[in-house]
Amino acid sequence: MITDTSEGSLKAFLKTLPQVDEVGANARAAMLATRSIKTSSKAWAIDMAISMVDLTTLEGADTPGKVRAICAKAVRPDATDLSVPSVGAVCVYNDMVGVARTALDLIGGAAIPVAAVATAFPSGRASYAVKAQDTMDAINAGAAEIDMVIDRGAFLSGRYGEVFDEIVKIKELCGDKAHLKVILETGELVTLDNVRKASYLAMLAGADFIKTSTGKVTPAATAPVVLVMLEAVRDYYSMTQTRIGVKPAGGIRNTKDAIKQLVLVNEVAGPEWLNPQLFRIGASALLNDLLLQRMKLRDGYYASPSYVTLD
Amino acid sequence: MSQFEYAPALESTAIVNIAERYNLFINGKFVTPKSGKYFPTINPANEKVLAKVAEANSTDVDLAVQAARNAYSKVWSKLPAAERGKYLFRIARILQERAREFAVLETLDNGKPIRESRDTDIPLAAAHFFYHAGWADKLQYAGVGDQPKPYGVVGQIIPWNFPMLMLAWKVAPALATGNTVVLKPAETTSLTALLFAEVCQQAELPAGVVNIVTGAGATGADIVNHPGIDKIAFTGSTEVGKLIATSIAGTKKGATLELGGKAANIIFDDAAIDEAVEGIVNGIFFNQGHVCCAGSRLLVQENIHDEVLEKLKVRMAHIRLGNPLDKNTDIGAINSAAQLAKIKELVTAGGSEGAEQWSAPCNLPEEGFWFAPTIFTGVSQTHRIAREEIFGPVLSVLTFRTPQEAIEKANNTPYGLSAGVWSEKGSKVLWTASRLRAGVIWANTFNKFDPASPFGGYKESGWGREGGRHGLAAYLKASN
Repeated sequence: MITDTSEGSLKAFLKTLPQVDEVGANARAAMLATRSIKTSSKAWAIDMAISMVDLTTLEGADTPGKVRAICAKAVRPDATDLSVPSVGAVCVYNDMVGVARTALDLIGGAAIPVAAVATAFPSGRASYAVKAQDTMDAINAGAAEIDMVIDRGAFLSGRYGEVFDEIVKIKELCGDKAHLKVILETGELVTLDNVRKASYLAMLAGADFIKTSTGKVTPAATAPVVLVMLEAVRDYYSMTQTRIGVKPAGGIRNTKDAIKQLVLVNEVAGPEWLNPQLFRIGASALLNDLLLQRMKLRDGYYASPSYVTLD
Repeated sequence: MSQFEYAPALESTAIVNIAERYNLFINGKFVTPKSGKYFPTINPANEKVLAKVAEANSTDVDLAVQAARNAYSKVWSKLPAAERGKYLFRIARILQERAREFAVLETLDNGKPIRESRDTDIPLAAAHFFYHAGWADKLQYAGVGDQPKPYGVVGQIIPWNFPMLMLAWKVAPALATGNTVVLKPAETTSLTALLFAEVCQQAELPAGVVNIVTGAGATGADIVNHPGIDKIAFTGSTEVGKLIATSIAGTKKGATLELGGKAANIIFDDAAIDEAVEGIVNGIFFNQGHVCCAGSRLLVQENIHDEVLEKLKVRMAHIRLGNPLDKNTDIGAINSAAQLAKIKELVTAGGSEGAEQWSAPCNLPEEGFWFAPTIFTGVSQTHRIAREEIFGPVLSVLTFRTPQEAIEKANNTPYGLSAGVWSEKGSKVLWTASRLRAGVIWANTFNKFDPASPFGGYKESGWGREGGRHGLAAYLKASN
């Protein structure tokens, strides 16, 4: 698609992308939000959503105990019902990667990857040396997925080459040891045109996933933003035959929101993206609501929130 | 289940009580027709009879016109304008309260998806009453002089594609301007008009201000030819519009005619392509393409033709055709066997004239009237499918090379109802819009309706405007 990745060439390429009409994109997202997902399709969607959750804790107050607790939840989200699938990954800061990896391995969660946020998450305001070290620490501690942030300052001032080069270098560090998710922080990019440009920039630079947000900035994973990113991976596939994943994160707190995301995936990118290899949802509170709704479908009534575990 | 297949999500029909038979609504009461005749109305999604509806003959129409005349001279014209406005507000609020009931009934009788009747038809119908309620006591600002006067008794004949919405487009401005009404809904979609008659009773609208007579073309002709009618407002085919114009020639009757269209939807190469594709889909597949202003001719700039078509086909594969009561249905049933036959005839002509047909892959239900969303590529201006109104989910794709050529092709039609322009370049949008000979031009959107916006056609698409300030003028005469 593009062989010359110099600043000028990237700029020229991004200019060839069609613009996004914000009114139209919002209308399309709103229309898809009216889809009514019931009974068997709801049951399927809930289990699919659970398997797509990147169960996340990204707080200054994180402790080894807290991380071990979410690892237990990740492997067996509902200890009373073993038909509930495990989640997609556990997502932590890089100093907790080792704790998470060990905890998961101990309790039968060897297949669940640990994702680490990196490159001076969430702001990305640090020297490249710090970002590289951040990334290497996570990989060395056993992270199989790196969630890096782009330099939004560079992007907004038009230094696309800088953004691109940084992603390329982090991708090299990841090598075949870790998948790279690139966080665009769409709440700071603001326009859907920027979301489209940043999506392409990340995909061209080697992202395995493009991710909406850090969860530290609002708005985060709004439906129109996810729509535009899904269009980007769909069109990138038709150009390159490579499927890039999408990860909305931030603000998806209940089952209804999660199912709306799956409808977007189904009708925009296509059913090929409806699996945890190509779609993840970054969330923490969401998982318990999915479990409550799953119980409701099974039992016919809503259980008390006391029946799901708080970890 | 290995794929995300949406389970049926059916809207309940429990909210609607459909009677076995419906009478005429004349002078505030439901009365048996003098004709003694009733005809069946069916659900086009399963061909089952929903109810029997009275067939008004000329005696029935005469009674309705007398009732309207009586109500006009004795009650409605004597009422202070603000009081008229109150009735309209009351009707608007009742429509909102009973919106779900209207939406379900509309979907049953018409075949359109519940998503559209629920989210578009009925909310817009209520909006028209709200909008015109506000006008009732401000008519001196309608642009028809200081003391505009109503016509008197207005005969209104509406089509089957948006039964309740077209009723609102007709009745709301007529009442706001002080006219009384004899309205005939289309024979395949009478039920929401008859439910509206109930709303008139509920709102305690004075008897005879709104009269609803049901029937087919002959009943319509009786209204048009009745000497007691002061003005005709008609929405329907250009063919019938011409007949009406001929019938009323030489009489004092006024007329507004909202007729057919063959709208050009112009996509320039600097358009927001993904949203333009949505606009194409919305332009032609909204309401199964039973839309007079549908974007039925896609004019796409030749250098992006392949890209747009590829994306359009991917998008069309996601269109969900099926039970109109399913909340996830995008495209419902064709309204009647006759309309389906007309669509099929033109589609066959398209193929035999050399255009290439592509239909979205979808299973058509066995009962009822259905047509898969279809596009024709390689269409030229001389093809019938580029000239005649198909009034179905069928899109003709043509190309152009320069903006000038787009304008030439867009205007090269006897119609002139609507058009769409897609470009992210503002100056180009304005340049194009000012050269298109059409009554409504949408920029970077399509099929957007608002009661404040006048709607109507150039050339054989009609006379006069409906909606907005311009629409009021169609129901008012300047006083001497």
